[in-house]
Amino acid sequence: MLHEWLYLVIFLTISMFIPAAAIGAAALLSPKKPSPLKNSIYECGIETVGPSRIQFKAQYYLYGLLFLIFDVETVLLYPFAVAYNRLTLFAVLEAVLFVAILAAALVYAWRKGALEWT
Amino acid sequence: MSFFADPITFISNWLNSLLTNWGVPPGWAQFILFILGAGALSLGAMVFTIFLIWLERKLGGRFQDRIGPNRVGPWGIFQTIADMLKIFTKEYITPWGSDPVLFNLAPVLAMAAVLAVWAVIPLSSTVYGSNIQIGVLYILAVGALGELGVILAGFASNNKYALLGGFRVVAMLISYEVPMALTLLVPVMLTGSMGLNDITSAQRVWFIWQAPVAALVFFIASIAENSRAPFDLIEADSEIVAGFNIEYSGLKFGMFYVADFLHAFTAALIFASVFLGGWRGPGAELYPALGFLYLLIKTAIVYFITISIRFSLPRLRVDQVMAFNWKYLTPLALVSLLVTALVDKSLPAGQGWLRLGGLLLANLVIFVVADRLVSIYHRRKNQERRVVSGPRPIAVTLREKPAEPVEVES
Repeated sequence: MLHEWLYLVIFLTISMFIPAAAIGAAALLSPKKPSPLKNSIYECGIETVGPSRIQFKAQYYLYGLLFLIFDVETVLLYPFAVAYNRLTLFAVLEAVLFVAILAAALVYAWRKGALEWT
Repeated sequence: MSFFADPITFISNWLNSLLTNWGVPPGWAQFILFILGAGALSLGAMVFTIFLIWLERKLGGRFQDRIGPNRVGPWGIFQTIADMLKIFTKEYITPWGSDPVLFNLAPVLAMAAVLAVWAVIPLSSTVYGSNIQIGVLYILAVGALGELGVILAGFASNNKYALLGGFRVVAMLISYEVPMALTLLVPVMLTGSMGLNDITSAQRVWFIWQAPVAALVFFIASIAENSRAPFDLIEADSEIVAGFNIEYSGLKFGMFYVADFLHAFTAALIFASVFLGGWRGPGAELYPALGFLYLLIKTAIVYFITISIRFSLPRLRVDQVMAFNWKYLTPLALVSLLVTALVDKSLPAGQGWLRLGGLLLANLVIFVVADRLVSIYHRRKNQERRVVSGPRPIAVTLREKPAEPVEVES
């Protein structure tokens, strides 16, 4: 079992290393002639006004919150799914109740208009 | 085991005995074999992408009644290699005010996240990278890492278009993870294990027959995760000029490009392993080399459907994409999960065909009901809209009055 994790660590290291090595090799081959005009920010040929990292729209944040709720729910459901074959019908009904509570949260967000893109 | 029945295991056994004969301790021999295997698999996947890019450009040309690349080599097959050589010698332009660490980390993360998925997918009955027991969870986690790379690219570029692309990633890619994770629960439930090897070998009948709704939702969500054509808001050229990768040049851009094409194939590979039985087919246990072929054929079919969708559908608006996910796909995935759990439990155990029929029927009912609900919703919405809409004159001359809105009979 430990072997599988060792392989995974090696694979992750190599899969990070190969793109990094390719980018590094290309950095050696490529020309380096920076100039202020070349390094300016690309926006329609006009100079950027104000800082670029601005607050934009709260709607994106709402979707982030909804995602957090549902992703945690799904991760909690995975142990249930693995044990599913050994469960009785009563235990499955409990899991259904768990999902139904979170579905109620989705309905609430829907009714409150959190899912509308305004 | 002969070479032709199972080439990879044959080579690995041969290398192992070679290393042991040289006097390498068995633990170290295993370690060296792991490094060689991981290197071969990830390098092979990257080199394979060169072929995939050519294939997609060629097929895209055919779909749009063009010829596609046809100059370099037979059928233009060396076109991508020429492009790669060119992109290797391009200058890196780091824009003013960008965050240097995050700016350089983002393309590496995006590429690594796609490559890392290959570690857990069983390629045949004997050849797989790692048989960890949480394979499905690993795929989801690594997929989220790729989104992190794209968000970092958008944030670090110090560009408003790139930032908008990053925002859209937060909204869209992250939202489509929810139905994806929910539908992956269904095969896990039917198998009783999260390991991809177990899921593949449990499919005497393909899971697409037992959970067609989950398969459909997963397929749509995986196209969206890939930010391919009906969902390509993140790199919408005509709105935010390529979005998050606008400030990237040279091979740093090339990494995003390669990651995108490899991700499309990897998504097809995951779909084929989880819902289409992976390497399973007649004779695949006896001759593992046949398993490769079956997996490749299944993946190629799914990949072809992905490409044909990419080149035939127009881009959706951001509100449509979000509404489609949260108001249709997520409830559908929840309902399909619950119905599968209840139907599978309430039918008597041990009778395989009865369970299969029951699940298929339940899925059909879900699909028809969902379809009816959507059409009722659209009819109601169109009735609201009818008051405002109507033929509008493009240019009004002085003599003609603008046409009155016409009532349309439904």
